[in-house]
Amino acid sequence: MTSSEKSNGNDPVGIDAEQIEYLEQLARIRLTPDEKVRTRRDLSSILEYIEKLNELRTDDIEPLSHTVPMAPVFREDRAVNGDRRIEILRNAPEQKDGCFKVPKTVE
Amino acid sequence: MSEYEVVIGLEVHVELSTESKIFCACPTAFGGDPNTHVCEICSGMPGTLPALNREVLRYAVRAGLATHCEITRNGKFDRKNYFYPDLPKAYQISQLYLPICRNGYVLIGEGASGKRIRIHEMHMEEDAGKLVHDPQEKCTLVDYNRCGIPLIEIVTEPDFRNAEEVGDFLEKLKTTLQYIGVSDCKMQEGSMRADINLSVRPAGEEKFGTRTEMKNMASLKAITRAIEGETNRQIERIRAGKSIKQQTRRWDDDKGVSYSMRSKENAHDYKYFPEPDLLPVQISEDFIDEVSREIPELREARKERYIRDLGLPEYDADILTASFPLVRVFERTAELCGNPKEASNWIMTDLLKLMKDAQCQPEDISFSEDSLGKIIEMVTNGVISRTVGRKVLAEVFATDVDPAEYIKRNALAMVSDQSVILEAIARVIEENEKAVGDYLSGNPKSAQFLIGQSMRMFRGKADPQAVQKTLFEQLEKLR
Repeated sequence: MTSSEKSNGNDPVGIDAEQIEYLEQLARIRLTPDEKVRTRRDLSSILEYIEKLNELRTDDIEPLSHTVPMAPVFREDRAVNGDRRIEILRNAPEQKDGCFKVPKTVE
Repeated sequence: MSEYEVVIGLEVHVELSTESKIFCACPTAFGGDPNTHVCEICSGMPGTLPALNREVLRYAVRAGLATHCEITRNGKFDRKNYFYPDLPKAYQISQLYLPICRNGYVLIGEGASGKRIRIHEMHMEEDAGKLVHDPQEKCTLVDYNRCGIPLIEIVTEPDFRNAEEVGDFLEKLKTTLQYIGVSDCKMQEGSMRADINLSVRPAGEEKFGTRTEMKNMASLKAITRAIEGETNRQIERIRAGKSIKQQTRRWDDDKGVSYSMRSKENAHDYKYFPEPDLLPVQISEDFIDEVSREIPELREARKERYIRDLGLPEYDADILTASFPLVRVFERTAELCGNPKEASNWIMTDLLKLMKDAQCQPEDISFSEDSLGKIIEMVTNGVISRTVGRKVLAEVFATDVDPAEYIKRNALAMVSDQSVILEAIARVIEENEKAVGDYLSGNPKSAQFLIGQSMRMFRGKADPQAVQKTLFEQLEKLR
């Protein structure tokens, strides 16, 4: 299915209102009704653009893991970091007994 | 046979025994005060970048080769997103699309009853931190020491049909990974943990039943009981006409029941995408060759060699090679005392008994690897008796004392000074006038009594033959 077949005027392709709510949950954010409309429109146009790629035939092309041929920089296996707890815990919103203190988690 | 068949697949997490974490230079040592092995990278501070530990890649490839996997030449990392305070970045760097190893297997059982357990894939990822729930303040305390410790996750095909096969597989996997030196596989320290996917189906049915998952099982015994418990629960539900829900359950080993974990809907949508902070990893043929040369003689080959070249009984060779920490103790001991059979005897009779009594796993043996060899040498050279040697080993096993020092401190060395023996026997004769008289008038029972009394003077620290000889010489003088 091409993008033009799917899209029709006000109703953008790819993403419906329900999916926006789902993403809201997954990302732990809350959108205003206005933001919901805008996010839906933005994400849909991104999807629509990406959809173009599906028009290309890629059957004979080997999968690519990166567009630039670069080798990763490895780190040698040496544990040179010392105890930096005091410094690190300064970043904690709250701390207790040498630990980061966070709201109670439920399993 | 039961009318139902159990189908089990495993996901096994193994902590790699590298010196430093997977993406930063923090130590991987177990324990330590909370958050003392933590830096800005493994605590997920903004603006930091991960750098892959070269050794992690090497260990993962080694584990893959030792389990007959195909090694992915062009691999990459992916981001698994979720919100939980055990991962401060709110995502775990893992591998979804191009795991490092695929399509391997582990053989369990032997000969005709042997079975191939297929490995679907093996991928590299980072471990998460530890959460401790604080009941006083109703909050959660987070320790990130474990966060960023390298893991391999080994995913099997659903090839298991009972708890025994699962146990055999985990034992074999543990042995192999210990042999190749990629992990200590200490289950009680969480360096090897298994998730169990389990379903049941009527015998003969091809379609799988609905499965449940039990996460983070960290003891073989608990795994066996969990499999039995969950199997029975599912069969009972099916018999009662109830359905099985696909869910994560927690096994309570004390109560012997599993219960459903409260999990939010959509919690399993991890929105994976390629990890943008790490470049893809290319693995060359040369690297694979290099790593394959690092794989040592594995259990079967070593066992055969012990039987063939060292003359050990098959039973002994089998037990000694079952776990690499025992192999290390055995080989070092044999080297030091120059007598593999004697080394094996001491391990088989004395060390294994000590381990059994203390419920100690081979990987928890903590005494110096030279100690047993030193003890055997001293017994062989007559410095201490076998009985004392055993006592010394017990102490070495419990507290890792230096054998020679312990013997000296407790005056356990054999009495070889003839004047000391003479003196002790003179006392025995003096204190046992009646028995001496009976002996001299021809009562053989008194002889036994006097030998016993003499040996007691040395509490096992004198050569019995020397003591007897001296005793009778002295008695004869009284005639």
